[in-house]
Amino acid sequence: MKDPYNVIVAGVGGQGNVVGSQLIGAMLVDMGYRVTIGETYGASQRGGSVMSHLRISKARQYGPLVPPRCADLVIALEPSEAARVLGRYGNPDTVGVVNSRPVYPVDVISGVLSYPPADELLQTVESLCAKTYVLEATERALELGNPILANIIMIGAVAAAGLLPITEEGLEQAIREHMSADKVDINLTAFRIGGEMVN
Amino acid sequence: MSVLNLDAEGKEVLMMGNEAIARGALEAGLQVAAAYPGNPSSDIIETLAKVAGEMGIHVEWSVNEKVAVEVAAAAAVSNGNALAAMKQNGLNVACDFLLNLNLTGIRGALVVIVADDPSGISSSNEEDSRIFAKLADLPLLEPATFHEAKEMVRYAFDLSRQIGNPVIVRSVTRISHARGNVVLGPLPKERPPLRFDTSFPLCPLPTALTHPVLHRRLAQAADLMADSPFNTYDGPDAPELLIITCGAGWLFAAEAVDLLGLGSRVGILKVGTTWPLPTAFLLKHLKTTERVLFFEEVDPVLENNVLQLYAQHNRELPRIEFRGKGSGTVPAIGELSPDLVMDCLSKVTGVQPPEIDPAYAARAKRAIDGYAPVRSLAFCAGCPHRASLWAIKQAIALDGRNGVLFGDIGCYSLGIMSTGFFQLKTLHAMGSGAGMACGFGSFERLGVDQPSLAICGDSTFFHAVVPSLINAAHQQSDFLLMVLDNGGTAMTGFQPHPGTATDAMGKPAPRMSIESICNSLGIETFVRDPFELQTATETVYDLIQKRSGPKVLVLRQQCALVRSKKEGRRYRMTIDSQRCIGEECGCNRLCTRVFKCPGLNWDKGLNRSSIDEAICVGCGVCADVCPTRAIVREGA
Repeated sequence: MKDPYNVIVAGVGGQGNVVGSQLIGAMLVDMGYRVTIGETYGASQRGGSVMSHLRISKARQYGPLVPPRCADLVIALEPSEAARVLGRYGNPDTVGVVNSRPVYPVDVISGVLSYPPADELLQTVESLCAKTYVLEATERALELGNPILANIIMIGAVAAAGLLPITEEGLEQAIREHMSADKVDINLTAFRIGGEMVN
Repeated sequence: MSVLNLDAEGKEVLMMGNEAIARGALEAGLQVAAAYPGNPSSDIIETLAKVAGEMGIHVEWSVNEKVAVEVAAAAAVSNGNALAAMKQNGLNVACDFLLNLNLTGIRGALVVIVADDPSGISSSNEEDSRIFAKLADLPLLEPATFHEAKEMVRYAFDLSRQIGNPVIVRSVTRISHARGNVVLGPLPKERPPLRFDTSFPLCPLPTALTHPVLHRRLAQAADLMADSPFNTYDGPDAPELLIITCGAGWLFAAEAVDLLGLGSRVGILKVGTTWPLPTAFLLKHLKTTERVLFFEEVDPVLENNVLQLYAQHNRELPRIEFRGKGSGTVPAIGELSPDLVMDCLSKVTGVQPPEIDPAYAARAKRAIDGYAPVRSLAFCAGCPHRASLWAIKQAIALDGRNGVLFGDIGCYSLGIMSTGFFQLKTLHAMGSGAGMACGFGSFERLGVDQPSLAICGDSTFFHAVVPSLINAAHQQSDFLLMVLDNGGTAMTGFQPHPGTATDAMGKPAPRMSIESICNSLGIETFVRDPFELQTATETVYDLIQKRSGPKVLVLRQQCALVRSKKEGRRYRMTIDSQRCIGEECGCNRLCTRVFKCPGLNWDKGLNRSSIDEAICVGCGVCADVCPTRAIVREGA
């Protein structure tokens, strides 16, 4: 893995972005990495763009923000957020793992702005990545009963694609430490579904 | 057991900066911690509260920051180890007490944590609270990493006890709200006994005696911090350019020097003890260079202090060109970032950052411009504030006298924006809406005929609104205060407050009733559910017709995030496609164009409204907004 390896988890407030990043970070610290996670979000709990920046290194503690054009991996829980983040942090070697389900901004709902057509949006995202995995993560999460599980489905896909050295066992331990025991089973199911989606 | 009180010396864990601060306090033998929630500081007390029982310490959410510092100080004047935490605005509230406490000194340890929010990411302002340390003659420490945050807080307790005065530790969003590796230290087995020595009082008078003592304590702190491990230098012996930085600026500067390949030419001096300055350490390094560049957030506090030091010692120092905020090299506002630091460094050294393929850059620009629609701040799906502001909007319009809605700090501050129908007309400090509305409601003899209204949150009510209400009752100001009671301190993460039935540690606590407090002041008080839109609207309308002194309307409905987690959806919402006739209706898409709850969507293809089932929380309010009753609620 490149050092530092820079990951950006992008999404919309309420998609479980921060918790997902925290679980990844906890797993990697247990494996001996120095991890820094910075979160960027506005004042509202829901509906705003949210990014978590993960800096992963064996050498030193990096700052909480990835410099522009320096993302190695972008995990986007929402496709227009993938475009936004790749537009600023992407480079020709960036790998993208993207949930295809849109969350419409309030100005799109009101008709002031329009949301880009799905196929054009995904083409734009792909044009900024060396490799792109597009997943219907929210649809699968809704089948599991809760749209927020899309974040763990995405992490499962990242692990199965070999993009980060994380495992089901590592996730199980991190969930037990950072969430609660009753959340383990459903999250591990989501993790496995994500893995199946890229294999 | 939480990682916060894990007894595992030497273990390396991932911690949020705020957790690291809390851990540092526990490693120092913390006994009392108090705060009022405010991001980016809230997690400090929140995480301490979770282990308070196991650790046998007292942790509380106080009613406001001044009381929090007073509670902590009560322990610190009684030989105890105490911490108070707040955001930058909170220090304003607390400083009246703090600027007297510094003159009496303490008889234990008090560490005041202030988490600043450069760029105002979750704040109404971006004030730099470091100025208070100079104003109060109190030592100031600034951590640059998560592990250092823990170590520094532990050190601050020792320093405070040694000098007999509070010590301020200033964090920023990028430390407090970020996460990184922290190595756990030992947790002490013994803590000092708490006892107030009544043999002599604590009194700041006469200042002719206490003020010199304060100065001596600060000088003692300077001596103790002179060889602090928190001040470091990394770089060549005689750097072409010396970067002087502190806090989050250090991590950004180190990375920028690497990315520009400047390691052999540029040195980085990190100051952790920003006040009083480590003069010998600074002078030693100022002798080695002719160019200095400062990076800090937000104001040029370190910069100006170093310039003053330079002026005092100019005869023994080389001619130095200073660049920073004063020279216009670094922006005078906002937080730092890796790219901003790299740009400034590039400007000063002439070394250009690595370039990206222009074709890629063009595609990237197109992606941002055309494929990433802006996400304006909006109330959450099912937020009761949306319903309250809808009712207020209707009532003010029906009244027709151009009523003014004064406001303050909370989630409902978004009422000033489109998501709150632009109803809020002022936004300043905690409780200031009620105070201003109290004033505006007293100006009838000056010819003012606009109704005066204010909103505040339930937590804000206790924090800062009660004195304004007492004032209004006494002055007989004609205004309507609406308390948007959503059952907790929602904006900062649902912390309890005096109106909730539990305390910070999760124990049952007496619940203060907002309406009983108002009634006891002789103020007419009503309670409505904002989800009952029609009744809420009529009540607001009726109350602004009355000219009988202050009135209070509690608009009570639980925060949507709490409610949907606890109860799930109240209703399953659907669109009756026979009734929703799209653009032909004449409502001009009232539900999505104006009300615009994120759970709704306008399906352009079908020319109909639709419900987004991944977002809708089933509050049912939109059913009452639709003029043709095309939005249908069914029991979930």
